[in-house]
Amino acid sequence: MKFSEKWLRELVNPAIDTQGIVDQITMAGLEVDEVEAAAKDFTGVVVGEILAAEQHPNADKLQVCKVTDGNEEFQVVCGAPNARAGLKTAFATIGAVLPGPDGKDFKIKKAKLRQVESFGMLCAEDELGISDDHDGIMELPANAPVGTSIREYLNLDDKIIDVDLTPNRGDCLSIAGLAREVGVLNKAPVTFVEDKETAAVIDDTFAVELKDAADCPRYVGRVIRGIDPAAETPLWMKQKLERSGVRSIDPVVDVTNYVLLELGQPMHAFDLDKLAGGIVVRRAEQGEKLTLLDGQEVELNADTLAITDANGPVAMAGIMGGEPTSVTAETKNIFLESAFFNPISIAGRARSYGLHTDSSHRFERGVDWQLQTRAINRATELLLDIVGGEAGPVTETANQDELPSDRQVFLRHAKVNAMLAFDMPAEEIEEILTRLGLGVEKTSTEGEWHVSVPSYRFDIAIEVDLIEELARVYGYNNLPVRTPTASMPIKERDETKVAIQQVRRALIALGYQEAITYSFIEAGLAKQFDDKYEAIALANPISAEMAVMRTTIWPGLAKALQHNQNRQQSRVRMFESGQRFLPTSGDEIIQENVVAGILAGSRDPEGWNAGKDQVDFFDIKGDLESLLALGGAEDEFSFVADRHVALHPGQTARIERNGQPVGFIGALHPNLVKELGLNGPVYLFEINQAALLQGKLPRYTEISKFPESRRDLAVIVEEGIAFDSVRQAAEKQAGEFLKNITLFDVYQGQGIEKGRKSLALGLTWQHPSRTLNDEEINSAIDAVVSALTSEFGASLRE
Amino acid sequence: MENIQSLLSAGAEAVAKATSTQELDEVRVQYLGKKGELTALLKGLGKLTPEERPQAGAKINEAKQALQEKINARKTELESAALEAKLAAETIDVTLPGRGQELGGLHPVTKTMERIEEFFASIGYTVEEGPEIEDDYHNFEALNIPSHHPARAMHDTFYFNANTLLRTHTSGVQVRTMESQEPPLRIICPGRVYRCDYDQTHSPMFHQVEGLIVDKNISFADLKGTLEQFLRAFFEEDVRVRFRPSYFPFTEPSIEVDIDRGDGKWLEVLGCGMVHPKVFEYSGIDPEEYTGFAFGMGVERLAMLRYGVNDLRLFFENDLRFLNQFN
Repeated sequence: MKFSEKWLRELVNPAIDTQGIVDQITMAGLEVDEVEAAAKDFTGVVVGEILAAEQHPNADKLQVCKVTDGNEEFQVVCGAPNARAGLKTAFATIGAVLPGPDGKDFKIKKAKLRQVESFGMLCAEDELGISDDHDGIMELPANAPVGTSIREYLNLDDKIIDVDLTPNRGDCLSIAGLAREVGVLNKAPVTFVEDKETAAVIDDTFAVELKDAADCPRYVGRVIRGIDPAAETPLWMKQKLERSGVRSIDPVVDVTNYVLLELGQPMHAFDLDKLAGGIVVRRAEQGEKLTLLDGQEVELNADTLAITDANGPVAMAGIMGGEPTSVTAETKNIFLESAFFNPISIAGRARSYGLHTDSSHRFERGVDWQLQTRAINRATELLLDIVGGEAGPVTETANQDELPSDRQVFLRHAKVNAMLAFDMPAEEIEEILTRLGLGVEKTSTEGEWHVSVPSYRFDIAIEVDLIEELARVYGYNNLPVRTPTASMPIKERDETKVAIQQVRRALIALGYQEAITYSFIEAGLAKQFDDKYEAIALANPISAEMAVMRTTIWPGLAKALQHNQNRQQSRVRMFESGQRFLPTSGDEIIQENVVAGILAGSRDPEGWNAGKDQVDFFDIKGDLESLLALGGAEDEFSFVADRHVALHPGQTARIERNGQPVGFIGALHPNLVKELGLNGPVYLFEINQAALLQGKLPRYTEISKFPESRRDLAVIVEEGIAFDSVRQAAEKQAGEFLKNITLFDVYQGQGIEKGRKSLALGLTWQHPSRTLNDEEINSAIDAVVSALTSEFGASLRE
Repeated sequence: MENIQSLLSAGAEAVAKATSTQELDEVRVQYLGKKGELTALLKGLGKLTPEERPQAGAKINEAKQALQEKINARKTELESAALEAKLAAETIDVTLPGRGQELGGLHPVTKTMERIEEFFASIGYTVEEGPEIEDDYHNFEALNIPSHHPARAMHDTFYFNANTLLRTHTSGVQVRTMESQEPPLRIICPGRVYRCDYDQTHSPMFHQVEGLIVDKNISFADLKGTLEQFLRAFFEEDVRVRFRPSYFPFTEPSIEVDIDRGDGKWLEVLGCGMVHPKVFEYSGIDPEEYTGFAFGMGVERLAMLRYGVNDLRLFFENDLRFLNQFN
């Protein structure tokens, strides 16, 4: 909420400057967003009157004006088309200092414009830093006193303070409310505008019926007849409205807006002659139509409270009035509405129509439920003053049972002290609460109070709310500081769990850079990377690029790769850990933590002694194997040739742990490489974190003191035979003392029949308690060879 | 006998002149070998009288020994010169870059998040995680934000349907923890959160770390102390910290914390407050017995302040030239 400092000071005027007030209310929880001057600094500008305006002899677009400052007449050359005889405007006299557009001040001097002398300047609003308006020179009211300083006349030595109020402080959404708060903080007296009742001079009333009293427990109305349609809003009111960011429209609307700003009660004025029958406040019927003041036609929902007459809705209660029954320049008779709507009956409704008004903003947060009559009195007083007319009696329609009740909150001194960790004296507690306008009454027990809450404080309902008020007024920064103490039993810690931090560090050591990509991606991209799961769509995505939840991290990493390759980064290795989101046949959504990596470019960083090879499948597989080894359970994982929509059909493996699928690894499908405009080949892995992070507790086995025996063996098999099956078969036959099998070469080419490959295996044996002899080793080798021959048609390479 | 001396000096000269171990060996053979010149003198001893023999023999042996020592010394000299020459030939340019993988690095958001986790872990907090797709109850309702509450407008929420949404904060994890564990609790909840807002200062996805402590006798003073210490540790500076009243439906009193890093400007860095009794009630904790405080901070914002990053969007472009700077 924006407000004029001068207006505030009319009610409460503590001996502190603007910054003082700003700091004070900020530290009391009313955060100030911005402070701006009502106008920039300038001097020497007065109300001037143009006595005559004539065409400049040498310039089409200039006029030569005769201007008076009340004492003397001056010749002033002016380029504004609205300069005309009789106009009162801002006149910068010789010697005046104005704010320049470049931020530097400039001084008005005698000048010659196309051979005609000019003594001063007539100013537009932007030239004085009042607004950005440059549509001609200022047009001041006819009654503006010539010769008066413009700063004084327009009250420009004022600051506009924009305070960002939290939803709990609806009571501060008015000058009166802010004044009350400033008064409390400064222990300063506050002069509220006097509540003047205006006696009725006519008998006219307008019928009001409350059909949904829970939504609208009080509706105060008043008829005023015979207003002057030609009347204008006085300058002082316009200024206050404008400094609060409210545009002046016409006197009646301006008065209702003024009362809203001054007291916090949103009001509405109907053109009485356009209302039919009586007012009925009720929930709208689904689909009822209403054209609002802003011109848009809305279909009302059944959850929306409507002000209706015999012809249907005339206003969206507490949000916005209707256009057909609104006050216009021809309106002579009006019906004023000052109602209390239940906050929960208004909350969220404006938003559901894409609306947000000063009125809905206040009703949602809670308007003082005792304020309605006072507000209508104030509006009547102002209206009669400005537009005249004859007022009828104030009519109040209310359902007392549905009105909020006077609230009492129980407060314990011990609780205050415990929560604030210091002993706040009872007198101080009572004093602060009293200053806040709360009623404080001791109970029969020492150190306990019943505190009654005024009708404007919707945010105080329980004891801690009072403690907050005490803390706030006392000053959060004046309260003590300490460090929590607690018993700290040692917690269990599962040693078999690998921390994700360890995985990240391992990937970093392997040269991978961590990425963080969006969890929501484009629907088409999601499909290209996953044909198994249909990505879950957001109902209100921010854009098509961020529309569905990823079912794999790969699209994000592929996009990151694309971004970097487009910026001359050819060697990319990145990883990301995060959730993927999988739909199920039911309502449940699987949110699974995974780790994924992407690899492209050269194997080694470019260097004087580095290889020039591009990465291949076995680079990324090796990197992943390093991760699998972190928990010591690498022997539980296996890689099984498989297919995946995003991967190269001949270079894809399903990762399994004890036979359960836990991820995929492979080369990005060349079609996708091409479609995404990537430089291939590109390799990817993604693995479930739960599987990756579950390790094993190490278990010591005795180290043999006896020598190892090794035999190397080269077997030739069909190229389609998986090494893993060869290894398993060899392992099975090599006897219980086999320690290890390594594959030290794979060869195809000269000397090997086409379609076959040579696998060179190194087998190592060791016995725990003796040296194995040659016969034992030889018979093991024979068994391996004959098994490989019979199972895979293997032949020994000579 | 003069012959001995002259042979010895000739031999010594030849030793000194030898430029390789091979040459040196030839000198040795020439003088000390079986048929060497000094050795030959021993054969001439027979011509002497038995009285003269021992003395002359001793002299010859002395000379032989003297020459052998010279040979040995020269040999060591030649060998070490050869080694030096060999080593000199093996000299490399030690300023050439080394071989191997370059290290990757953590994303600055993760780096910041891990630091925050470490500070709190060191004082007994444990890390809890939860779902990013959350239900209305855990994201709002149980945090005292009923469906029509104006505070919902402060959270521009991504929805899947009326009841399912992307969490707007990690507070839901706190609720879940309070539902499943008994106090005392000390937890922090790091993670991704989402708000339907996108411009230079807002990202539709960002990260938060929220913390919660629930115990007997936790006070406002504990909250102030904990967060002040944390901020000074995080920035490794004696930052000025101020606590400003604010409003969150799930805490009462509610506080925003600002810091001043020496330039007199207050920057908002986190929100916090004493856990609202209603939030305790929703989770089945007795607010008369327990109190607690909760806090939440935007990780990107802290990372920006810590590392001088000036545009939030950089965090999610994953440009290696940006990411590399934090390695």
